[in-house]
Amino acid sequence: MPDRLSILSPTGHLGFTPIERGSFEIGVGRRPDAIVADSGSCDIGPQPLGSDEHCSPEEWQRHDLELMLLAARQLGVPMIVGSASDTGTDRGVNQYADIIRGLARRHRLAPFKLSTICSQVSREEVARRLEDGVRIEGLDGRPPLTKETLARTDRLVAVMGVAPIIRALDEGADVVIAGRSSDSCIFAAPAIRAGFPEAAAYYLGKVLECASFAAEPFMGKESIIGTVTPDAVSVTAMHPGQRCTVASVASHAMYERANPFFEHVAGGALDMTHCRYEQVDERTTRVTGFAFRRDPVYRIKLEGAGKVGERAVAIAGIRDPYTIRHIDAVIDWARSKVEERWGPPGERYQLYYHVYGRDGVMGPWEPQRAFPAHELCLVVEAIAPRFEDAEVVCALGTRNLFYARLPEVKGTAGTAALMMDEVLRGKAGYEWTLNHVLPLADPFELVTIKTEVVGG
Amino acid sequence: MTTKPLVELAKTIRSKNAGVDQITFDVIFPDRESYELVKRSGALTAETVARLYAVPRERLTAFVEYDPALAIKFTIRRERPSGSPGERDVFGAQQYAPLFDLPIPVGS
Repeated sequence: MPDRLSILSPTGHLGFTPIERGSFEIGVGRRPDAIVADSGSCDIGPQPLGSDEHCSPEEWQRHDLELMLLAARQLGVPMIVGSASDTGTDRGVNQYADIIRGLARRHRLAPFKLSTICSQVSREEVARRLEDGVRIEGLDGRPPLTKETLARTDRLVAVMGVAPIIRALDEGADVVIAGRSSDSCIFAAPAIRAGFPEAAAYYLGKVLECASFAAEPFMGKESIIGTVTPDAVSVTAMHPGQRCTVASVASHAMYERANPFFEHVAGGALDMTHCRYEQVDERTTRVTGFAFRRDPVYRIKLEGAGKVGERAVAIAGIRDPYTIRHIDAVIDWARSKVEERWGPPGERYQLYYHVYGRDGVMGPWEPQRAFPAHELCLVVEAIAPRFEDAEVVCALGTRNLFYARLPEVKGTAGTAALMMDEVLRGKAGYEWTLNHVLPLADPFELVTIKTEVVGG
Repeated sequence: MTTKPLVELAKTIRSKNAGVDQITFDVIFPDRESYELVKRSGALTAETVARLYAVPRERLTAFVEYDPALAIKFTIRRERPSGSPGERDVFGAQQYAPLFDLPIPVGS
């Protein structure tokens, strides 16, 4: 086992906005042992997974992959990308593999091994397990998975742990393009493979997954380097204006998670309860005291998205103070006119009024709801199985804002301002149907690893 | 009793998705003194947060005082998963503002 291993993390979401080249090149100059980045998130909502589209422009994805590939091949170290192309579906893995092959040709790179790891799961596969009596527990308060919920799901992915990535590296992969993966696992895999303890390896992954978000002052898309030894992880900011401080590293441990003490991955949980942080130089913080708790049963997370309907959107403005005071009555009127023709909302349609200037951002959580601004923007959102129906419901629900009957209104020529008398087509509405965990007998059950020689 | 709004004592006040079903809030302090002051004040607790956001106490799935980061952190379960039709904040990134004005007693 080497006494230390360093990983360069250039971005928290490859392709989402382009990697900043300056700090990346400083990082490459430190000669890291691997260059690793995550490229997906469930933060972007269920639509990209459900419809199997990427939400980042391919130009930016190619930009980031090119930077990483050229540097990794120049240094002769592995490059690992997880959750390919926003969703980590098979489409994403194949798209990124194609980009890598194209870049290898264009730059006439010497031959190297490319491994792809697909982790998309068919609905039938999960249905079969449900029928076999496998209990698929819900996360974060969700009930166990039922056949009905599965039937509403269009696409699902299994979030892989370290095992498939380690196997791809064992097969000699110089470049690994993985489907949906735990962010921390794509960094932990090369460290575990090199012989470092799981606790240190997973902490390394945890601290590197969002790149410069673990440093201060706040900057995105800047590179950081993490170095693991058997009992410690050190993390250093590469941007000359950033520092990894005790505060920035410790506060990153709790970023985007309900519990700052545990990070769950396939097969166990990183326990950060007794972590100790110390500043070792101006831009580096060293962390010790982590532990890894292995689960008695190996379980992986399933993410799934299902289509709710097509979406139409329209925009209206309101300036009359009397109308603003009675905005709920105006909306009730418009809803009632929709219901006259379409019945109550449900299977046939859904209708939402977003009232910006009052509670458009926070809805019922808004404490200042009783104090709306002097003008309001209403965004009317309609969902229906067919776009043509969503469009009609949306138009009906918007135009009737214009005709609301308020007893003392002075402006009798219309109670709303229309930016345009037009209904816009939004991307279809989806929902997260699965946020569950599936027990597995073998970490390789749901993945397909393929290795090929590229370039030359 | 003199009070100060939380925004004057904290260094960072933020919110963000924690998975697809929850939004988590971080209040991070610049020094141990202000962190301990707010912790001891009893003004930022699971109960006061539930009241501020008008959610039943059970929707708060976590409330943690996290010493290593000088942070107080809590998590609220969403009404619907993030990005569903009717969504107001896909990333959950703009839900923290009401915390700014929370009055913290700072002695008489």
